[in-house]
Amino acid sequence: MAIADKFRDPILVRAIASKLHENTRPIRIMEVCGTHTMSIGKWGLRKMLPKSIELISGPGCPVCVTPAGYIDALMGLESATVCVFGDLMRVPGANGTLEDARSRGHDIRIVYSPMQALEIAQERETVFAAIGFETTIPGIAHTIKLAKTQGIGTFSVLAALKAIPPALDALLSSENIQVDGFILPGHVCAVLGMEPFRFLPEKYNVGGVITGFEPLEILSAIQQLIDMNDHPAIHNQYARVVSDRGNPHARRMIDAVLQPNDAIWRGLGTIPGSGYTLRDDYASFDASAKFGITITDEAENRGCRCGDVLKGVIKPDQCELFGAVCTPASPIGPCMVSSEGSCAAYYRYELPQTSTKDQRQC
Amino acid sequence: MCLAIPGKILQRREDMGIVDFGGMQKEISLVFVPEAQLSDWVLVHTGYAMSILSEDEAHETLSLLRERYGDC
Repeated sequence: MAIADKFRDPILVRAIASKLHENTRPIRIMEVCGTHTMSIGKWGLRKMLPKSIELISGPGCPVCVTPAGYIDALMGLESATVCVFGDLMRVPGANGTLEDARSRGHDIRIVYSPMQALEIAQERETVFAAIGFETTIPGIAHTIKLAKTQGIGTFSVLAALKAIPPALDALLSSENIQVDGFILPGHVCAVLGMEPFRFLPEKYNVGGVITGFEPLEILSAIQQLIDMNDHPAIHNQYARVVSDRGNPHARRMIDAVLQPNDAIWRGLGTIPGSGYTLRDDYASFDASAKFGITITDEAENRGCRCGDVLKGVIKPDQCELFGAVCTPASPIGPCMVSSEGSCAAYYRYELPQTSTKDQRQC
Repeated sequence: MCLAIPGKILQRREDMGIVDFGGMQKEISLVFVPEAQLSDWVLVHTGYAMSILSEDEAHETLSLLRERYGDC
């Protein structure tokens, strides 16, 4: 859509960047969407900012916050066909990746939509790896409902679904994290609307701006957060996609099929009410009950600091493994695997190609 | 996996529709956008249209940004 190009207008981008340079008050802004992380890197936005403005990445990539034990659980489902989103294939678990398992003969398939997994389930026992935030959850809920309506008993989901607002609440209540404002996840907000984020100013005195993924949208969101100063609020600057009340049809579907439960986030631990499980009416489609699976908060791969990266405690290149043994071609942690992961974005965009850690040590 | 792609609705039959993504056409669920009409642009995520794109709102935001920063 040509309209997106208008949000890349270089004259306006320069005008906002120069306005941002008037800021002298130190401010730490967290983006909570992997696509924002990639966009900030791709457009070189960090380099346009004065030193007073620090951008940090939060737990905004569903693959990255999925515990390693989940990968192991999927690998254990050898009697079933396992359908996953492509990003999950290369995340290391205790016994290698799903890609490795597939090469050993496990029927693991990449799908674009949960509906594809339901089609496959018409022929064989199929488990869909249900990971994702509020953008993905309504479609998964709808697919589970379809499975029930159509009586497809060979379909089930292994749910590791995550809700963003409780994660932000947990982050802000943790003592060693300082965040002064949020660039809120545009497409999660397309479902949730503004309401679920009002606790940010009310409880923590922190503002948030719902914005899109183009340079003008991200830079002007940063300026808005600065302008809020001592009066934090939630603004919606992404009205071309997000209505203030979100998408009630999608939320109703979530509520009909799923109910909140406690969820394990890699790096953040267990957060109360931050995940979803299937309601009793749909319990027969829950792979964890069907196959007797318990997912635990497994220990991280040795030396991997994805957990600290996800909390914004360290920048990716402050991890010892970054760029040395952990690279996009040979990732150790999930933040380097996913194309939306903070480490992958940092490796690709924020470092000069000649200064990865192993070369700096030479 | 989180990539959301804008596309234009070419056909609609109850909850399903054919959506055009710059020449590539796919069957997409429109169950969450019951008010969407033919020729509307929608944002599609994992096979589901999640919101209807508004060109008017886009122009409104742009003109606000121009007003605010155009004279810098």
